[in-house]
Amino acid sequence: MERRTFLKWTAAAGATSLAGCASTPRDTREADEDYAVLVDLTWCAGCRMCEYACAEANGLPKPDFDDETVDEIQRDPSDTQWQVVNRFETSAGEVYARRQCMHCLEPACAAACLTKALVKTEEGPVIWRPDKCMGCRFCMISCPFDGPKFEYDSAVPRIQKCRMCWERLRQGERPACVENCPSEAMLFGPRTELLETARERIYQNPGDYVSHIYGEHEAGGTSWLYLSPVPFEELGFPTNLDETAYPELTRGFLTSVPVVLTVWPALLLALRRATADASSRED
Amino acid sequence: MSVLDYESPRKTLGFLRRELAPKGRLMTPFNVISVLIMISTVVILVVRFAFGLGAVTNLDQRFPWGLWIGFDVVAGVALAGGAYVVTFLVYILRLEDYRPVVRVTVLNGFLAYLFYAGALVLDLGRPWNVINPIIGNSFGLTSVLFLVAWHFLLYMTAELIEFSPVVAEWLGWRRIHRILSAMTVGAVVVGITLSTLHQSGLGALYLMAKPKIHPLWYSELIPLLFFVSSIFAGLAMVIVEGSLSHRIFEDRVGSKLRRSHDDILLGLARIAGGTMFVFLFLEGLKVVHGQLWHEIRSGWGAWYLLEVLGLIAFPMALLLYGGIRGKLIAVRTGAALALAGVILNRLNISVIAFRWNEPFHYAPTWMEYVVTAGILCAEIWVFRWVVRRMPVLGRRPEWARHRDLHDVDLEPHREIA
Repeated sequence: MERRTFLKWTAAAGATSLAGCASTPRDTREADEDYAVLVDLTWCAGCRMCEYACAEANGLPKPDFDDETVDEIQRDPSDTQWQVVNRFETSAGEVYARRQCMHCLEPACAAACLTKALVKTEEGPVIWRPDKCMGCRFCMISCPFDGPKFEYDSAVPRIQKCRMCWERLRQGERPACVENCPSEAMLFGPRTELLETARERIYQNPGDYVSHIYGEHEAGGTSWLYLSPVPFEELGFPTNLDETAYPELTRGFLTSVPVVLTVWPALLLALRRATADASSRED
Repeated sequence: MSVLDYESPRKTLGFLRRELAPKGRLMTPFNVISVLIMISTVVILVVRFAFGLGAVTNLDQRFPWGLWIGFDVVAGVALAGGAYVVTFLVYILRLEDYRPVVRVTVLNGFLAYLFYAGALVLDLGRPWNVINPIIGNSFGLTSVLFLVAWHFLLYMTAELIEFSPVVAEWLGWRRIHRILSAMTVGAVVVGITLSTLHQSGLGALYLMAKPKIHPLWYSELIPLLFFVSSIFAGLAMVIVEGSLSHRIFEDRVGSKLRRSHDDILLGLARIAGGTMFVFLFLEGLKVVHGQLWHEIRSGWGAWYLLEVLGLIAFPMALLLYGGIRGKLIAVRTGAALALAGVILNRLNISVIAFRWNEPFHYAPTWMEYVVTAGILCAEIWVFRWVVRRMPVLGRRPEWARHRDLHDVDLEPHREIA
């Protein structure tokens, strides 16, 4: 009885938990073919047309253009505003920088999600699926850029964030913000091509840019890339991030799971056997 | 001990009615206060489900997990670690001396999981989808939380099986008792394996939050530290809880437990103390390896030293001294301090040192505290109900005592009427 029960148990536990550790890393070679957006902050005039276009395309409350206090404070994207343009007084004068979900190549949020509600799509955007999500907010704990936002004031809350206009992409269109930028500060295209463009701009105008493409390596690479006239820490970008993808941090733990699952029961039963006295060992 | 005759429904109903009725005085200070807290909890939870988490908590976009996860789940599950450690001592190492505390420890562990993991559901924004990772076609295989969720569920089942013979004894179900008892060792082996993984998995949840946790609390060793601290946290809980319930439920304590209780506490204190030394060693390794000396000199360093020296090293000394010299007061004080230490350690990682450099830091609302207290009260009510009725602390029915329960699974041929 004991052994049979035990075997049944292990089989059940093993089947479910072994599945839990087979992680499927994304092929980064393929990821470079993803669509991406390059933001050239030297070209951005801070008109906030992208904020307006984003709100319009996604049915969010329109930004208030009469409110001038937004230039004085640093805003974070929120559940009702998926992207914001902030003004910075920097060593090179006034610089405007927009923030939104970075759409990582290997997103921490998607690796953290236990229901696959957040997924990296083939086209490049990281999207959220309402029918899967249970609202645990582990994605928000894990994301190094604080991309996912949660609707705290709703009884039916959603995770809200920039989805890089995934629906538009699938119809062959560009994201709404890129489409509506009057100063063409944003370029949309395959990531490899945008990286080439970015490098070219840095080489040809060395005085205008810091020699760093933000998003090329940060958190293992992101689908949003930035060029800036000033170091990125002056613009409030996180600069203490790993260059390997964040899901790598849990890989070691997850690979140890099948080892423990298979070795522990055997070890425990062996120990139990070893501590038995002679009479009960006869079985 | 009441015997339930399951062939006669009328007698069964009478038995259940008798057992469901309260035993003891109703208007005690604890009862009055805890009922008030639990009623408030229900009201707060109604508001929470009607208007969203923002209506009752201080959670925001920067602090998605607060007191309910940090205390109830991340700290609470560590305190429930006693069940797998004590079953390891008794069923795997066959240290029979500890058998009298197995049942109460498993009951405690099971209820802690039921209520604390249950608290997790209150924190879910979309709890109607909670079934998705279990039955859905959406297995998040790369998620540590997926593993933790599954292991919680399986482990609760294992603990239920470990505890089920007690229920059978209470109801007088002799044949079912035999079957359930035979499953104990299997459940114990699976339970220890699952505990190893989900106790450490709870720590692994924070591995990806690397840029957000103060370097004195973040390290690659978090899973191992969580596993080790769950061992001594669980044992400290057994010591503290055992000391209390021994006094409160004195009339329910069997002769065997009465005789050996002090020795059990001393033995557990020595094991807990030894484990705390391992924990301190790993903490030291973390500081040396991470070259964190300069961090220790900051204000956060003082807070860290309070945790590691004041609430881990000092109680370790107390537990070892008391355990070896037979000083129960030192053991009890040490265990209580160790509990505080583990709770502080878990809260530091999940709440206090999480986004330590943020100008506006999260602090729970009074409603978050009330709900946490309400869940604790509910757990105590259920615990008390079970201990007052079932043979948890001893006093097993005659027929069950006659069976060689210690190893009924090894001797299936022996028939005892």
